[in-house]
Amino acid sequence: MKTVEEIKAAIEAAVPGAGVEVVLNPSVCGQHSLRLAPGCALEVAKFLRDDAELALDFLSNVTGVDWPDKEVAEKVKVTRTATKTVDGVEQQAEESVEETRKHVEPGCLEAVYHLFSVKLKHGPVVLRMRTVNRSDQVELPSLTPIWRSAEFQEREVFDLYGIVFTGHNDLRRLLMWPEFKDHPMRRDYVEPDDFEFEPTAHDSVLARAQAHRAAHPEEGAVATQEEAKA
Amino acid sequence: MNFPAIFRKKEKPAGWNQPVAVQTHGEGDLLEVAMGPHHPSTHGVFRMDVALDGERVIRLKPVFGYLHRNHEKIAEGISYLASMPYTDRLDYICPITNNWAYALAVEKLTGQEVPERAEYLRVITGELTRFQNHASSIGFLIQEMGASGTPLMYAFREREKILDLFEELTGARMMVNYMRFGGCRVDASSAWLDKTRSVVAGLPGFVDEFETLLRSNEILMARTQGVGILTPELAINAGVTGPMLRASGVNYDIRKVDHYGIYDRFNFRVPLGDHGDVYDRFMIRMLEMRESIGILEQALKEIPGGPVMDPKAKSRGFRPKPGEVYGRIEAPKGELGFYLISDGGPNPYRYRVRPPSLINLTVLEDMCLGADVADVVLIFGSVDIVLGEVDR
Repeated sequence: MKTVEEIKAAIEAAVPGAGVEVVLNPSVCGQHSLRLAPGCALEVAKFLRDDAELALDFLSNVTGVDWPDKEVAEKVKVTRTATKTVDGVEQQAEESVEETRKHVEPGCLEAVYHLFSVKLKHGPVVLRMRTVNRSDQVELPSLTPIWRSAEFQEREVFDLYGIVFTGHNDLRRLLMWPEFKDHPMRRDYVEPDDFEFEPTAHDSVLARAQAHRAAHPEEGAVATQEEAKA
Repeated sequence: MNFPAIFRKKEKPAGWNQPVAVQTHGEGDLLEVAMGPHHPSTHGVFRMDVALDGERVIRLKPVFGYLHRNHEKIAEGISYLASMPYTDRLDYICPITNNWAYALAVEKLTGQEVPERAEYLRVITGELTRFQNHASSIGFLIQEMGASGTPLMYAFREREKILDLFEELTGARMMVNYMRFGGCRVDASSAWLDKTRSVVAGLPGFVDEFETLLRSNEILMARTQGVGILTPELAINAGVTGPMLRASGVNYDIRKVDHYGIYDRFNFRVPLGDHGDVYDRFMIRMLEMRESIGILEQALKEIPGGPVMDPKAKSRGFRPKPGEVYGRIEAPKGELGFYLISDGGPNPYRYRVRPPSLINLTVLEDMCLGADVADVVLIFGSVDIVLGEVDR
C-alpha cells in the first residue's frame, strides 16, 4: 500500500487545492492520518474510493473526537526597563525577566474516518476533519453520499458530539431521545442531577394542558367543585 | 460457493423483490406499524417503524437507543484494564472475541508481544465462541420462522457444552473477562485441553445433524430463498461485514486479510454465498461452523507449553505513550474494531467501539423494501445482532 505521503501527493494531483495535511501518529502501530480541508472533502473522498490504485471502497469506522479549549501556559523572556535608585541617583536600566503568559488555544470537534479496501485488501487509511470551533461553527460535509456505512455512524457522531454533517439526508439523533438537548460524549458534558427533569415527549402535552387550563378557568373551577363535593 | 442445485428448488422471477410503485389513494391506505421495542423477534429492545401497503413493506426506519448506557464515556473515565470486563457486555453472546479485539487494539498501541501459548488459547476460545454464536443464531432464525424450540434447543445443547468449558477455564459462563494486554488471565490445564478435545470431537456430528435437519427443509427453503437479497456492491458500500458480507459473495475475512494473532498458521477456507439472501446467510454460518472445527482441531493439536502472559506486561501503572490506534478482528458478527487515542495518561483519551451489529443494520431497510411484513422478521433475524452492541 502507498504511504500517507504518496496518498497525499496522489490526492493533490487529482484534486487541485485539496489542502491535505499529514498528521503523524507517534504510536508504534504507525497509523498516520490525513487531515482534509472540509471544503474539498467530498471530492477527495470520491477520488479515494474510485482511484484504481487505492480503491478504498470500504469505510469501516466513523467517529468523533472532542478537543476542548486548552489553556496553555508558556514562559516568555521579557526585557523591560526598570527604574532603580543607585547611590541616591535614579537610573534607568534594562533587565530581562521570565514571565508566565497564558493564552487559550481554541478547541474543535474532529471527525475521524477509517478506510479499507475490500478489493485490494489493504488499509487502514485514516482521514480527519476539524470543525472551526465547538460552539456555533460545527458543520462538516457528510461522506454518506460516497459511503453508505457513514449513515448511522455520522448520526451517532451528531448525536453524541454535536457535529452537524451537511448533506446527510437523515440527520437525527441515533441513541439519545429526540428532545435531548446536550451532547454526552463531549468532555465538558455535565450529567443532569435527574434525568426525570429532562424534557420529554410528555412535556409538550403538559404545556398544552396548562395553557388550556389558563384559558378556561371555569373548567378548573368545575373540577375543584366536584372534588369538594367528593 | 455454489450450493448443490437440489437445495435450490425455487427460482423466483428477476426483480420480484424490488420495491414496486405503490398504488395508494392517499396516506390513509398506508399502515404504520411499530415493530418493537418489545417485539419477540428483536432479541431485546429495538424498534422498527414500518410503513405497510397491505402486506408489503414500503418504508422501514430502525430506532435505536433503548439500551444505550454510553459505554464509551464510561471507558474514558476509567483505566485501560478496567474496561476489559465491560467489553464482555457489548456482544454478550461472544464476550471472548470482544476481549480479544480490545486487547489486540491496546497491544497494537503499546507494541506488546503475546506469548505463543496465549495466542493459541485465544484462537481456541475465539473459535469456540464463533461456533456457539453461529449455532445459536441459526437456532434463533429458525425459531422466528415458527419452528418453536427444537432447532434452538439443539443449538443450545452444544452451546452449553462450550459454556461449561468457558466456566471451567475462566470462572464464568458468559462474562469471562479472560484476556489481558499481553496474554490471557489464566492458563488452561491439560485436563481442560483434553475435555475441549473431546467436546470438539463431538461437534462435527452436531453440525451434520443440524444441517441435515434444516438445509433441505421445504418450509425453510420456501421462506428464505430469494428473500432479503443484498447485492455485493451495496454490502461493501454500506460497510456490512462478517457472514452477511460473505453471503453476498464478497471474499473478505479479516482473519485472512490482517492475519492477526496466529491465523496464518491454520488451514481454513472462507465460505462464500452467491445469492445474498437469507438462505445463504444461514448456510454460510453453517459452513463457517465447520471451518471453525477445523481450526480448533489444528490449534488443539499444536498448542505449545509456556507462559500465557508476557512477563514484561505491566498490570499497574499502565500508561501507553501518546498516539492512536485502530485494531480490529473478525468477530462472529462482523468486524469488531476498537479505536483508541492515548494522551499518555492512565485512561484512554478516546475510546470507540466499532459495532458490527449496528453497521450491518444500515442495509436493513434496503433488504426489506418490497418484502412481506412476515419476512421482515426473518431478514432481521438473518442479520444476527445483539442489542448490547448496537446501543452500547
